[in-house]
Amino acid sequence: MHLAELDFDPARAAVRFGRLLRTAGIDADATRVHRFVEALEVLGPRSMADVYWAGRVVFCNAPDDFARYDATFASCFGVPVPLGALMAAQAATPIEITLAFDSGDDSADGETAPAPDNTVVVRFSAVETLRDKDFAAYSTEEFEEARRLMADLRLAGALRRSRRAIPARKGRLHMGRTLRGAMRSGGEVTRLRFTGRGERPRRVVLLCDVSGSMEAYARALLRFLHAAVVGHGRVEAFTIGTRLTRITRELRSRDPDAALAAASRAVVDWSGGTRLGSNIKEFNDVWGQRGMARGSVIVVLSDGWDRGDPAVLAHEMHRLQRLAHRVVWVNPLKATPGYAPLASGMAAALPFVDEFIEGHSLASLQELVKVVAG
Amino acid sequence: MKPAPAPARTQGRHRGILPDGVTDVASLTEVLRAHQYLADDGLATAMFLSLRLARPLLLEGEAGVGKTEVAKTLADLYGTELIRLQCYEGIDVAQAVYEWSYARQLLHIRALEAMGDVSHAEADVYSEDFLVRRPLLQAITGSVGDRRQVLLVDEVDRSDDEFEAFLLEVLADYSVTIPELGTFKAAEPPVVIITSNRTREVHDALKRRCLYHWIEHPEFEREVQIVKLRLPDVHERLARQVTALVQALRDLELYKPPGVAETLDWAEALSTLGAAELDVRRLDATLGSVLKYREDHDRVRGQGLDTLVREAITRAG
Repeated sequence: MHLAELDFDPARAAVRFGRLLRTAGIDADATRVHRFVEALEVLGPRSMADVYWAGRVVFCNAPDDFARYDATFASCFGVPVPLGALMAAQAATPIEITLAFDSGDDSADGETAPAPDNTVVVRFSAVETLRDKDFAAYSTEEFEEARRLMADLRLAGALRRSRRAIPARKGRLHMGRTLRGAMRSGGEVTRLRFTGRGERPRRVVLLCDVSGSMEAYARALLRFLHAAVVGHGRVEAFTIGTRLTRITRELRSRDPDAALAAASRAVVDWSGGTRLGSNIKEFNDVWGQRGMARGSVIVVLSDGWDRGDPAVLAHEMHRLQRLAHRVVWVNPLKATPGYAPLASGMAAALPFVDEFIEGHSLASLQELVKVVAG
Repeated sequence: MKPAPAPARTQGRHRGILPDGVTDVASLTEVLRAHQYLADDGLATAMFLSLRLARPLLLEGEAGVGKTEVAKTLADLYGTELIRLQCYEGIDVAQAVYEWSYARQLLHIRALEAMGDVSHAEADVYSEDFLVRRPLLQAITGSVGDRRQVLLVDEVDRSDDEFEAFLLEVLADYSVTIPELGTFKAAEPPVVIITSNRTREVHDALKRRCLYHWIEHPEFEREVQIVKLRLPDVHERLARQVTALVQALRDLELYKPPGVAETLDWAEALSTLGAAELDVRRLDATLGSVLKYREDHDRVRGQGLDTLVREAITRAG
């Protein structure tokens, strides 16, 4: 197929294509559209495959963009994606789901959520009341209140020594600053200046379980994830369920509702089953081992119900623990009186967890912030 | 409806100089092949656009798919030395751009003092003679005539935010300002290849400056071609069998799936041992050149080496 026969006007096509890409959630701003036109100009495309590649090189930011790009390309130009470009990865159609906020008595794994706490303590301020209340028992108003309180939580990893040099009392001699100092005393070096190592917070990686059994907590915890990602520090967020989804980019929007809506669109396995073991394996394989988990504080927010093989989970948790600085497991059910980690996944993972804490209330999340900060 | 994009003036209409013999994507693919690099359509288009539009190319992909090799080959094409900047946490201007040679400056001043004439001392010590050029400055000041410099910014994800912001500034207009000397601007923008292993997300602002390409593992026939091109001494049958086996290993969900680099290492290792064909004994002895984790060894051995070899031989035909 030759483009000349197609009556192909690059500028017009680029603008239309750009608009469709933006609708599909790809970062196709005016600069990029302009660059796409430039690219077509210098390529003198002979086939739609050339147009495809030029657009992909210009518009895509990461491999996660390819599926959306491919779909938009096909619908915009009415031609299939060139054969060589078809990724092996399955292109899942995102399903938009509004998170229902109930106590989750239809939970998939059959476990019951903790009984709602009906006593309202009138004497204390709303904050005090909410502090220890189980998320599963929140009313919508309380939820709004909690959301504001959560935004105040500042999640930052424990400090580690950084390789970035800062001025210090002792360390390596800094010739530049020493000489500049000497200028002030008529060229005579009167004081030696040094640089030393600074400190910087470790990366924090949050892996949040969004399967059916966690339904009562997922909404609250996702708010927490959002507050953590937009706050200071380097925080990465993933959801785990039947599959692993990275939602850091989606959560980066300052507006919590927009961020959560974007995250909901990205996650396709809300309230499904849990395959903790294979999800953590995927995290280790695709992200963790390459560097994201190295020296980081890993936080798993899950009740430990796992449909997979506990041996796989144990193995992967061990691997994760060897990569990470610390592994923290947050289990909302831990606060239930008489709770014992009997869920097969929880029991398998526990030996490889450095800190095991509750995550059912604001107070427990504040505790988590402290633990993560070391 | 959004207005049509106005051409951004600062981006100019500059067209980068192409290497000899390159006029379009097809001829670039040919020239790359002549320099022993096999690029598929996607990569060749990305490279061509990066050269022609004078924009940095951000390459991502699994370890060992040949990201760094792209820059080396381009340096070859332009007949220049590759300027390489390996990123790490805490990398700063003194290591990436320039530094004054303080020791020489001091010596020079002392020497002038001894001669009793220090009137020119200041102008002297802040001249280019006392400047230590680091990779970014080399890339900017190095272009002569139609010879472009090729700069590789390797593993940018290892650097920190501060450096990324600085890099962005340099890449925006390919110029560097040294307070004591003035501004250096590249006569011809250098070719810039940036690689990342995605241990963290590179900042969006930097991505926006770059063209982006994800390099996949090559499919079977292409990988065989790569082995034959790179290692002409390796027996064809061995090349096909080794490639088939490595491709099978990539499907085994290993901790560290072998890349093209491993295929080449392994084919070379086996060939050095005098093999013309894959066999279980040699596979067993050289498994360490492909797999770097004990768990991966266990997994592959658990699959049965003889089965793997048999299947690879069948697939290689």
